[in-house]
Amino acid sequence: MADKILMKGNEAIAAAAIKAGCMHYFGYPITPQTEIAAYMAKVMPKIGGTFLQAESEIAAINMVYGVASAGKRVMTSSSSPGVSLKGEGISYLAGSDLPALVVNVQRGGPGLGGIQPSQSDYFQSTRGGGHGDYHMIVLAPASVQEMAELTVKGFELADKYRVTSMVLADGTMGQMMEPVSIDDLKVNPAPEKPWATTGTQMAREHNIVNSLSLVPEELEQLNFERYDRYKVIEENETMYEEYKVDDADIVIAAFGIAARVSKNAVDEARKLGIKVGLIRPITLWPFPKAPFKKAAEHAKAFISVELNMGQMIEDVQLAIESKCPVTLCNRAGGMIPDPEQVLNSIKEVNGGIA
Amino acid sequence: MSAKNMLFSGFGGQGILFAGKFIAYKGLIEDKQVSWLPSYGPEMRGGTASCSVIVSDTPVGSPIVSNPDILVAMNLPSLDRFESKVVPGGMIFADSTLIERKVERDDVKVFYIPATKMASDEKLGNLANMIIVGKLLKETGDYTEDGIRAALDKVIPAKRANMKDVNFKAIQMGAEFEG
Amino acid sequence: MAVFEKPHALIDVPLHYCPGCTHGIVHRLVAEVIDELGIEGKTIGIAPVGCSVMAYNYFNCDMIEAAHGRAPAVATGVKRADPENHIVFTYQGDGDLASIGMAETVHAAARNENITVIFINNAIYGMTGGQMAPTSLVGQVTQTSPYGRDPKACGYPIKVCEMLSELVGPEYLERVTVNNVKNVRNAKKAIKKAFQNQIDGKGFSLVEVVSSCPTNWGMTPKQALEWIESDMLPYYPLGVYKDRSAEQKEAE
Repeated sequence: MADKILMKGNEAIAAAAIKAGCMHYFGYPITPQTEIAAYMAKVMPKIGGTFLQAESEIAAINMVYGVASAGKRVMTSSSSPGVSLKGEGISYLAGSDLPALVVNVQRGGPGLGGIQPSQSDYFQSTRGGGHGDYHMIVLAPASVQEMAELTVKGFELADKYRVTSMVLADGTMGQMMEPVSIDDLKVNPAPEKPWATTGTQMAREHNIVNSLSLVPEELEQLNFERYDRYKVIEENETMYEEYKVDDADIVIAAFGIAARVSKNAVDEARKLGIKVGLIRPITLWPFPKAPFKKAAEHAKAFISVELNMGQMIEDVQLAIESKCPVTLCNRAGGMIPDPEQVLNSIKEVNGGIA
Repeated sequence: MSAKNMLFSGFGGQGILFAGKFIAYKGLIEDKQVSWLPSYGPEMRGGTASCSVIVSDTPVGSPIVSNPDILVAMNLPSLDRFESKVVPGGMIFADSTLIERKVERDDVKVFYIPATKMASDEKLGNLANMIIVGKLLKETGDYTEDGIRAALDKVIPAKRANMKDVNFKAIQMGAEFEG
Repeated sequence: MAVFEKPHALIDVPLHYCPGCTHGIVHRLVAEVIDELGIEGKTIGIAPVGCSVMAYNYFNCDMIEAAHGRAPAVATGVKRADPENHIVFTYQGDGDLASIGMAETVHAAARNENITVIFINNAIYGMTGGQMAPTSLVGQVTQTSPYGRDPKACGYPIKVCEMLSELVGPEYLERVTVNNVKNVRNAKKAIKKAFQNQIDGKGFSLVEVVSSCPTNWGMTPKQALEWIESDMLPYYPLGVYKDRSAEQKEAE
């Protein structure tokens, strides 16, 4: 095994992307994700890759669209306000069935908001973010090692299903350092892309990358086909982690940094004899409905711990088909709930079901 | 102790983040679980700087240290802000060159180190941070010469290798300081 | 004696453009140039949003449809994906290039991105049915300037070549038109140069083609060509606005 080194989450994403064969990066500076661009700016010129600071996030995502059209692994990264600007391009990527990776290191909003960690782009990410019927695969890392692993996974899934993958992190995950091993990452090389616009070489019909379809019957069919593909993704690619759920009366739902805070609270509550567990969705879309549904067979209550005003809670309610109450335990605007707040919420909920 | 939750604080330019990173690397080298989380944003530029460092025998949960076992305060605003947060029985390491007041609590162990003055007397430039780190390692029983050397190898880039001995000297001075 | 043929780079399908519209001429010129330079197999074209949105159905090379105004950014990505083997051109109208996509245009030019831009300036939004464009003339009546373009309310038409010529970045900027045989020949020369520059690695080359839109101008095709001469060209003078290589040669 290669030596582990300490890396910021943002740097780990950049290093993992290069390891995954991404030789093209386009971005625009915005806190708290700028280390990704800085890393790329330093490394790409030395390995014959492209780092380009675009004139805007809109331009950056469209440069991504260009490289993706040409069949190569490509990425961009930003933070919440910048990702809103990328929404148009992400919709076009979906409409043209192009694989790409977008990283969102979230900060508090709405508007210019703040720069401290947030998870308030959950709706935006899991519902698509731009116009039209589509999904991205949304991956939510909870450690620096996962920042790296899910970046690689994001490229692989994007290529496999011709979709955009998003790594949805937050300011904490981006800024914190933890031990990480980049050299040990396993990477599946990109598949053949016969649809790519790389020039006909006068040897085939021309390829067209396009999201325009003016005949509604045909556009409907394209949507149907895309959603058939999404169904396969839902069946095969859902990821989550369970912690002490088997006997739990109370189940916490939390992802990313909120899951780490919650894990501490679960341990503390267990010391007090409260049977509480944690389900951590790793894919936010597709949302891991099955473990929640299963937990609802024995759990009496759920708590959704989020760094927003309550967004994932809706998916939890849907997953458990509202069989039992779901309480929100949250902070917003760049604040992070601490284990004590989560523990208090557990105690309160426990009092209610005892 | 299975986990040490540490908070390093001061103003920008004092090497707060570097000191934290050094402690994290030393933990990593000694097979501990570690995390390092800086404050970030405009406050980095000239204002206060702080970072959370956790060194633990078990996987690190939340990387945010709100109630440190160990507080390093290198200026007055940092002590004012974090003194009350330290867990009872915890430790506070204060740079007494820059902090004139005493710690008000009596349920924590306090070490006053005139680190900024020591660094300047010994021509150690701005290594007050590492003097305090030396004292911290000594008092927590983590002063291991090999670990320190190995961690310095990790945090100081090869092209500034000449800085390694100076840093080691600062750490040593801090460890030997009796205050 | 050469027999008149359809260029290979142009697919043999009916174009959707209105009768008398000059898009057809410019499509043909671009295709002829691609044929003559022998680059069809490595060329990737970027279609805009606007009347030429479906250009991807007309060119035989690989084609990409871009979001409104973003063609230069998409072209940047395609070019950089394989700079040695990709010849990339965008084909954009005035709304696409000079309004919603102005930032992408200016920055691609400033970077001297090694791409070819064909810019159709017909002073109106055609596809949406004749609204005011960033290049609509003062006094020009459109659906969204029903009393004529009033500079007090909406400023003055943008002279793209003149504006970009102030940048250090771009290699080559020329304004041409296609309202008569002589001008069509000149337009082809300019388009060919714009592609040759890319092959030679010289950088950003833009050809602005002052074009007609008889449908939305409310004119016959012939009147429209005359209006180019009488009204458009006095404000948009033809000529080379930047040619770095030629300027350098002269300096030597």
